[in-house]
Amino acid sequence: MPEPVAAATLDIPGRVRELFTYHFMVNALAAGTAVAVMAAIVGWFVVVRRQVFAGHTLSLVAFPGAAGAALAGLPAASGYYAACGLGAVALAPASRSGPSRGAETAAIGTVQAFALGCGFLFASLYHGLLGGVAALLFGSFVGIDDGQVLTLFAVAALAIALIGIAGRPLLFASLDPEGAAAAGVPVRALGAAFLLLLALAVAATAQITGALLVFTLLVTPAATAQALTSRPVAGMLVAVALALIVTWLGLAFAYFSPWPVGFWITSLSFGFFVLARVWRARRARSACGTSPTRRLMLPPGPPKRRRRRTREGGA
Amino acid sequence: MRAEQVLRLERAAAALGGRTIWSDVSLTVDGGRFVAVLGPNGAGKSTLLRTILGLVPLTAGDATVLGAPPGARNDMIGYLPQRRELDPAVRVRGVDLVRLGLDGGRWGVPLPAWLPGNRTGRAAARRVTDVLELVDAAAYARRPIGELSGGERQRVLIAQALVREPELLMLDEPLDSLDLPGQRSVAALLQRICRTRGVAVVLVTHDVNPILPYLDQVVYFASGRAMAGAPEDVIASGALTGLYGVPIEVLRASDGRLVVVGQPEAPHVHTPRHA
Repeated sequence: MPEPVAAATLDIPGRVRELFTYHFMVNALAAGTAVAVMAAIVGWFVVVRRQVFAGHTLSLVAFPGAAGAALAGLPAASGYYAACGLGAVALAPASRSGPSRGAETAAIGTVQAFALGCGFLFASLYHGLLGGVAALLFGSFVGIDDGQVLTLFAVAALAIALIGIAGRPLLFASLDPEGAAAAGVPVRALGAAFLLLLALAVAATAQITGALLVFTLLVTPAATAQALTSRPVAGMLVAVALALIVTWLGLAFAYFSPWPVGFWITSLSFGFFVLARVWRARRARSACGTSPTRRLMLPPGPPKRRRRRTREGGA
Repeated sequence: MRAEQVLRLERAAAALGGRTIWSDVSLTVDGGRFVAVLGPNGAGKSTLLRTILGLVPLTAGDATVLGAPPGARNDMIGYLPQRRELDPAVRVRGVDLVRLGLDGGRWGVPLPAWLPGNRTGRAAARRVTDVLELVDAAAYARRPIGELSGGERQRVLIAQALVREPELLMLDEPLDSLDLPGQRSVAALLQRICRTRGVAVVLVTHDVNPILPYLDQVVYFASGRAMAGAPEDVIASGALTGLYGVPIEVLRASDGRLVVVGQPEAPHVHTPRHA
């Protein structure tokens, strides 16, 4: 059944139709869509809040959760949600919004290693999980059942609704914690609530990408969007669009190729990230005016730094 | 012009962690005045601002802020905390920061102003534009804040504190990271805001000289007490000698700068300034 990707390019409409003929593939695409939208929006806040490390910890905690659930005879999804939720509750007191939060990293790193070890133990004890460790760590798109899809849609809807309710104060608290605190925004409570939301998003994303590749939907699209625009709403929309594109393409490529879905989604989103950074670097260089010809060809950029300095000094 | 009294402290005392920072402090500030809070490190200048905001309770005496007890009317106070840590790697535009100062505390999501029917959004955007023009920051407000100079950044943050049209603007060491021309231009801007908008400005600083010509009033904290009045009355040998309790001499250099000579070392007890 799996064929080289090159063959897929021959008859694109036919290939797309084929994707939707199998129920497991429809489930994978639906689940991937829900997860991509949620992960991109939550991830945008993760990048702005500099909580990538916390997200990483939660995703590693997800692995023993899923393996432990399998060992106990429960669905792996329940293990993801339970472990991430517990992880967020444990992280909440230690985590502080704002850049002055380096001290907790050693403790968190210790917990990460311990979580991975526990997950490995559970997976070894549960012999029925043949090949399952790889799926838990690096993702798989087969075997997503209807109930799981419904749960993922419900979780995504809940996460987006929560962002819809608290988006603005959360943005204020994330971008400018001290200013927000001065304006009476409950910065600490929002930080703790966001950690729980992040746990929810990580648990859902891990079901598609695996525990280790959660960042490919959670952080990479958001980081790419940050490189492209500094407008908050536009950035979130760009992140969602990127996450959807890499998820759909990744699932399709994985279906037609022997290579796993985790590889496709990560390399696609990494590709977009590199393109965005290159574009930004080129734009920054042309705005600095190192190349006069390039400046003539481009529309006028923001005023140069040097000119602003003198204006300030003269004021 | 708002001329009523915005701030009144009567025989007030404040303590941090059980240690009295200052006591028996009485002062009044009228609307539209430009006031500097001076004194050595650890004398309780920031504590004064936090008392006014109701974040530190008074242990004695009485305070009235905008006609109410401290903390009751914080929505009419613009406050710039000391040494804002804005991560330069986070690309946020000045205009977005100012907008968050206007409605960032409200629930919901910020919707783009061009959406049909978003009249409040358009009104808010206009107000943000107005306040950015008021502080002369319109030219660079759409650029990421990390790319701005210290003075430009400070203007954006002042705009953020002003966007809700407060009656009292309090700034904790806003001139700290600026060069001398930058300090003067920010002080001139604050004086202009006092005069044209009738906003009372209370500014904490450790060096009064760059802003001395713009001030209406100073509050000088030292030795657990404070003295308020016109700059030339307070920053004077006799007055400061009385405040410190040791002989103090205020010298005027040929360029007009004031030099305070003989002040004792700052207290050796180190307290977290924002505990």
